[in-house]
Amino acid sequence: MTRHGLSVLAAREVSASLDDTPVLHGVSIELPAGCWTAIVGPNGAGKSTLLRVLAGLVPASGGEVLLRDRPLQEWSHRERAQHVAWMSQQHGEGAADLGVRDVVHLGRLPHLGLLGTPGPEDERIVQRAMAQTECAAWAHRRMGALSGGERQRALLARALAVRAPALLLDEPTTHLDPPHQIALVRLLHRLAHDDGIAVVSVLHDLSLALQADRLVVLAAGRVKAEGPCDHAPVRDALAEVFEHAIRIVRVGERWIAIPELAS
Amino acid sequence: MIAPEAARARRRLAFALTLASVVLAVAGVMVGSEGWRPGALADPGLRDVLWNIRAPRTVGAWLVGALLGLAGALAQGLFRNPLADPYLLGSSSGAGLGVVLVLAAGATQGRAIESLAEDALARLGLVGAAFVGALIGVALTLALARGARQSTGLLLAGVVVGVVLGALADLVTMASPEALRGKQVFMLGTTGFLGWGACGTLAIALAITLPAAWRFSRALDALTLGEDSARSLGLPLGPVRALLVVLLALATGAAVAQAGLIAFVGLVAPHLVRRRLQAPHGTTLVASTAAGGVLLLASDVLSRGLWAPQELPVGVLTAALGGSFLLWLMHARRTS
Repeated sequence: MTRHGLSVLAAREVSASLDDTPVLHGVSIELPAGCWTAIVGPNGAGKSTLLRVLAGLVPASGGEVLLRDRPLQEWSHRERAQHVAWMSQQHGEGAADLGVRDVVHLGRLPHLGLLGTPGPEDERIVQRAMAQTECAAWAHRRMGALSGGERQRALLARALAVRAPALLLDEPTTHLDPPHQIALVRLLHRLAHDDGIAVVSVLHDLSLALQADRLVVLAAGRVKAEGPCDHAPVRDALAEVFEHAIRIVRVGERWIAIPELAS
Repeated sequence: MIAPEAARARRRLAFALTLASVVLAVAGVMVGSEGWRPGALADPGLRDVLWNIRAPRTVGAWLVGALLGLAGALAQGLFRNPLADPYLLGSSSGAGLGVVLVLAAGATQGRAIESLAEDALARLGLVGAAFVGALIGVALTLALARGARQSTGLLLAGVVVGVVLGALADLVTMASPEALRGKQVFMLGTTGFLGWGACGTLAIALAITLPAAWRFSRALDALTLGEDSARSLGLPLGPVRALLVVLLALATGAAVAQAGLIAFVGLVAPHLVRRRLQAPHGTTLVASTAAGGVLLLASDVLSRGLWAPQELPVGVLTAALGGSFLLWLMHARRTS
């Protein structure tokens, strides 16, 4: 498998600033189809900003983002939205009056435009997205009547309903209980391996992030290491950016992170 | 397909608003200084009053309220701010200034106010001026508040713009006494001068703004997820926002040009709807339109009936009722 040509989204030497403060410094990553990539790093590393640059929501001040080998800014808003789905860290408090189904249907906007009417195919995609995040049972409830975790699953279904080849998720597990966190990890694996989507997630929970196919370790706006957790340099970079407060150990087939309590 | 409870709530609200509109329309035709008596239709004098004064006034009051309710629902959805309202956003006072300027210009050409009110072309000119004034009012308020995020900032900017534009309108009327008379006619906030011509203009404005707002309401739904999420869905936010502000200004301008400054209908109608029905913006826009119509028509019937045969300007009544509602709303927000 050669990396070139398979990449759905790629950042080339990308720099970006927020409110005139430089946040990213020459970040280069490839996000191949059929692979779940987790972006990890300490607070303020620039993880969310990187995701927003990849989604075209924050302009790169240097370097470029390529979507299917074409610079992101050359795509129209709508084409870009059809190819890159993004889910924010916000938890949909503003959408309290909308029903879950209304919210998930918004995921079809990039395909329908504002004036289009959803057809049977859109309906099928919305149903499937709600089934995938287990929110079909309360599809008719209002967002305002849901718990934080339920709202998060509705918003995830909204992102899935776009059916984009690249799916960018900013902290998708914050409000989820352990069973639903694990269900999400399984879902991300399926989306990547079965549907061939380039899945990218920012995750604070390191033990969940270590289940991804690849890790991008980010610190102070720079990539410290990238690759699967099996690679020793990736594990070393993780230990270093988290100031050796965690230890990464192998349990059976998996890697897990445990807090280093002994000083 | 929507949830059974939501569908029930929707049906109940639609029924209540329709019933209220019909009952109030009947009351609107029956209430007035000349009163009502059995066999009124047989009396040519009273029939003339009913057909040429009370009926257009009743229909017009509903239409003005509907436009204001729509403008309020649009403003609240667009600026994600529950206190947004055409009156508080400065668009009403902008529209008022536009009307006064046209009146003054007409007066300098020696045209009587009455001819302005009756001539269809002049009516269109009034609506156009009110529309441009409303756009300028909103733009000034938004520029002063640097966006619409902060409720208090927006409110404060709206008050400042309202006072300044109001003062400008006063200056124009001082320079042109003929316009002063017109200003009293148009700016009191009254439904008393609505004829069938005005009803036609209002109906056309509603026929343009309501379907267009409904068509673009999904953008308001997407904005509830946050601005970035809406952009990530490929929405051209700038043009969509501009279009919705234009619709807001058109609805406000048409209402103000026919009935003057009527406060708080645009603020209260969407709130009353949302207390009964939580739904996507497409539904709440239509319901707020109907609720605005019912509110203003009810106020109009009240203002005619409370001290009959004396009449209260309806703007005074809505200001008193709406002001109390705003106080209550601010109190409820603070305690929640």
